Amino acid sequence: MRRGILRWIARHPRSPGALLLGPGGLWLLAFFLLPILILLVYSVMPRGAYGGVQPGFTLEHYRRFLDPLYLGILRRTIWLSFLCTLACLLLAYPTAFYIARSGPRRNLFLFLAVLPFWTSSLVRTYAMIFLLRDSGLINRALMDAGLIQLPLRLLYTEGAVLAGLVYGALPFMILPIYASIEKLDPALLEAAEGLGARSWSRFTRVVWPLTAPGVAAGSLLVFVPSLGSFVVPDLLGGARQMMIGNLIQNQFGPSRNWPFGSAAAFAVMALVLVAMLGVLRMKGLDDEHGTSKGRGA
Amino acid sequence: MPASTPEQPAVEFRGVAKRYGSTPAVRDLSFTVGRGEFFSLLGPSGCGKTTTLRLLAGFETPDAGEIRLFGEAVNRRRPYERDLAMVFQSYALFPHLSVERNVAFGLEQRKRPAREIRDRVRAALELVRLDPGTFATRRPSELSGGQRQRVALARALVLEPRVLLLDEPLGALDLKLRKEMQVELKALNLQLGVTFIHVTHDQEEALAMSDRLAVMNQAEIAQVGTPAEIYENPRTAFVADFIGEANFLEGKAAGRPGGEAARGSLEGWVITGDAGSFVVPPHWAISEGGDVRIAVRPEWLDLWRPGCLPRGENGLPATIQDLVYLGETIHVRVTLANGRVMIIALRNEGQLIKPLPWNRGDSCIVAWRPEDCQVLEG
Repeated sequence: MRRGILRWIARHPRSPGALLLGPGGLWLLAFFLLPILILLVYSVMPRGAYGGVQPGFTLEHYRRFLDPLYLGILRRTIWLSFLCTLACLLLAYPTAFYIARSGPRRNLFLFLAVLPFWTSSLVRTYAMIFLLRDSGLINRALMDAGLIQLPLRLLYTEGAVLAGLVYGALPFMILPIYASIEKLDPALLEAAEGLGARSWSRFTRVVWPLTAPGVAAGSLLVFVPSLGSFVVPDLLGGARQMMIGNLIQNQFGPSRNWPFGSAAAFAVMALVLVAMLGVLRMKGLDDEHGTSKGRGA
Repeated sequence: MPASTPEQPAVEFRGVAKRYGSTPAVRDLSFTVGRGEFFSLLGPSGCGKTTTLRLLAGFETPDAGEIRLFGEAVNRRRPYERDLAMVFQSYALFPHLSVERNVAFGLEQRKRPAREIRDRVRAALELVRLDPGTFATRRPSELSGGQRQRVALARALVLEPRVLLLDEPLGALDLKLRKEMQVELKALNLQLGVTFIHVTHDQEEALAMSDRLAVMNQAEIAQVGTPAEIYENPRTAFVADFIGEANFLEGKAAGRPGGEAARGSLEGWVITGDAGSFVVPPHWAISEGGDVRIAVRPEWLDLWRPGCLPRGENGLPATIQDLVYLGETIHVRVTLANGRVMIIALRNEGQLIKPLPWNRGDSCIVAWRPEDCQVLEG
């Protein structure tokens, strides 16, 4: 077997591509494709009495997912993910711009931007509970300042979930936008200014279109994981702010309805796929624009 | 734009200075550029020529001094309030916009009607000899270097600026294209009557294109003049060396013009150095006994057999070191008595047929007419 591979390499010295893909491919096959296939099979099988599945075929689980109760959860999930993406974009764009134009200190800022990853997301989410609960830092400070008499309800709200999601996702928005701004040739901005473009015009006509690929990449990196998040809504949202991730987790956990959980997971996956295709198409259009340094002498 | 009197120059720098941190980028710059002139800023990299252009464009503000455009001080004006346009070294074309939209950019910012924009964009593309039908919809990434250069030019000219700034516009082009564009830029300058200010480090390009040029060195202007003035009367050793090739000779002024030290039929200062003595014309302001340094262009020099020096010429004994055949000229390197190497460019006028008249090791006389030299400052 080993000698076979070596002989193959010897015969194809210029095509190691397939071999390079090998390890990753095998990993994906074993731990991604196979489980997904199992999930797909489970999603169309009748529910077993004590978890698991029974032999048979049914579309009942998908039908059940169309119940307004579950569609409501799906709608909230999409809405929160959308808000999270938007909030990240608004926070990350100016930050990334500042970092990209901050000269030699930029590496320090980039380091600071990813610093939260050094602690577990679970710990960071618990930390937010201490911040947001009735006797938490924010309420305490507001009451001490005499601005409010009774604590505000911050925890277990949609806002709390959103804050948690944004907190976790922000670096994923900052980094790709930073990369696209960093690539932006400053001469383009001077050219635009020389041609009469005021600062707003320079932004809308030059900076934004040229950094759109970074925005698209960042949005994808934020939106998709938000759709599937369950720790944040579980800890900061409680039972009333359930997202689709919590529903799926519940089906595999306490509710012991594996096929329904699988069907819900598949529905979300279809959604993600649609979102990704949309964004990729946007990016594809941008790539056609190319860059001025691309070709020619 | 308020009316300006016709005698006011297009561009005037008065004692302009700019520093980055503690390093001066330009120091005490003063020069004027006449209307419609093709003016070049020439110098080695880091001499401050690009900073000068950026100060004029408005991308930098001077720390001291005044910049005037058609008689008006513009120090505090934004780039788009200066009635000038710039062609960037990298062209800085917008990669996400078609050629047409790139050229239209400035007109769109000025909120011109769509019809006017279309007509003027078309005219500008034709002006730089790009067929609008072929190129209008292409993106910069689909163009060659020369075509991008033309688009950048059209994008600037479409605004009908009174001054066009060119930052090393031909630097990225190959030699043949560069020569073509030199001719075209010069033709556009004459055709449009627009003042061109051109930054380059290529002395040949500056000589070929400019009406006048400023040679810059170490954040200062070394000399301003027409190409002929700069080439034939370089004021400093830097200018003589940077523009073309130059041979340098040093010595002490041994006698007054017309004095008893005057030699044979030669009138003037007698300069004595360790390679021999020679005469410079009497009009040069030289102090008796002072150190003198002169520059002589290789093509102003001639070679003679020992004992054959024509009357009225300076001559220094030398030995032929080597000959380089360049086609149009033959460069002969000789060693003077003091070991100094000089280059003599002999024009190939057809009589330099094989075998070459000189061989390595031959004794010879390097000769030049006294008026064919330049006494250098400092």
